[in-house]
Amino acid sequence: MSQKKRIPFQDPDSDTNIVAQVVLPFDKSLEISIKSIKSRFLRNMVTVTSLILAVSFLAYILIGSDISNGIYSSGQPDLMKMLEKSGYQVGGSAKERWIVILSLLVCTVGIINAQLMAVTERFREIGTMKCLGALDSFVLRLFVLEASMQGVVGSLLGAIAGGVIAILLGMLRFGFDAIKYLPLSDIGMSVLYSIIVGFGLSLVGVFYPALIAAKMRPIEAMRVEE
Amino acid sequence: MPDSHTIVRVTGVTKSFKLGSTTVQALKGVDLEIYAGEYLSIMGPSGSGKSTLFNMIGGLDKPTEGKVFIDEVDIAQLDAFELAWLRNRKIGYIFQTFNLIQVMTALENITLPMIFAGVHNDAAVKKGIELLDLVGLQKRYNHKPQELSGGQQQRVAIARSLANDPAIILADEPTGNLDLSTGEEIIKLMSALSKERGVTIITATHDYKMLNASDRVVWIEDGLVKKVENRDQLNIDVGCIRMA
Repeated sequence: MSQKKRIPFQDPDSDTNIVAQVVLPFDKSLEISIKSIKSRFLRNMVTVTSLILAVSFLAYILIGSDISNGIYSSGQPDLMKMLEKSGYQVGGSAKERWIVILSLLVCTVGIINAQLMAVTERFREIGTMKCLGALDSFVLRLFVLEASMQGVVGSLLGAIAGGVIAILLGMLRFGFDAIKYLPLSDIGMSVLYSIIVGFGLSLVGVFYPALIAAKMRPIEAMRVEE
Repeated sequence: MPDSHTIVRVTGVTKSFKLGSTTVQALKGVDLEIYAGEYLSIMGPSGSGKSTLFNMIGGLDKPTEGKVFIDEVDIAQLDAFELAWLRNRKIGYIFQTFNLIQVMTALENITLPMIFAGVHNDAAVKKGIELLDLVGLQKRYNHKPQELSGGQQQRVAIARSLANDPAIILADEPTGNLDLSTGEEIIKLMSALSKERGVTIITATHDYKMLNASDRVVWIEDGLVKKVENRDQLNIDVGCIRMA
């Protein structure tokens, strides 16, 4: 982050490189973000929960279709009959897909809403940091870091929960055949996919609020009214 | 103890705000020179333009017309990075509402500006402890702001403003949220620090307790400087105000 230029206030003979920098090291950013997540734990849990729900639904649908696909490709006639009864379509139904997309959309809007609230709540804190010399990029980084941590936790828990529920329901329906014909690599891919999507949503959700926070003028810190 | 060196120069500054369809002129052409090392109070009733002028001096707001120079540098010419540098090293801010970062301890609040300035963590902690001792908050390093009283929080804020040894400290109504005796202690602390460290202190206030500590007082009324008084001219005025 160091910029090799001289600040107008500096003595002409002082070092440009070291003195002119304004920095926030990564470990410090991480420390600050963890602290603010901890201090607003309940609020953050609500955001994370919405992510868990959406991602677990996604993982449930994906792994559910993995199970069905596994059984379909097994070629066992009695299992095929059961599949047909449950309304299985190769490649998953369009309705299911729409519901998943809708749930992810709702989740993203929820995250944006929660993060906007967080920015409003922290107006003074952000303004104060800027008065202390924080650059826009510091503020942006703090918000993105917090969202990333929420994203990792939320999508990991969501993917695991969705996967477990899908497998349990599959076993309820088809017995142990559900796991027998289920390729491990498919589950792995579905879980990974869900986690990536969840993490991505979390970042998409924080982008606009973080931009507002970063662009805030330090004068906001001076405002007396709450 | 003002010497001849001018640290802040305000020339012909006007500021207008748009309120709906009407334009409100908060400042109508202010000229002011602030000398290094002095304790200057900007006084005036609410709505006089006092806060607006104060924010200009602090580089928090830009004038509509006119120029503000800090150390003979026109701050309107600075880019975002240079302004951040200015706020980080050159100016320390003290707020009416203390504005400590709630999730951090007293010590962490003080080390934050030093971290921004690239000071090594251990050195920052060492200096932070020294500063907390200086403002009389020994053994409260690891308290969160909400565990401290208003006066103690303002002491932390004063220590934080000194973190990077700024040339100027800007205090916006520093006693506004404090009771009478706590406010007096804070004023005493600030004036002692200004004398010991040679820091220029600029306050915007309507607290008359501040008059005794000030080297000079600038009276703002209706967007203009009404008068500038030195301390020796002041004491008489204070008597009048107190009697009135």
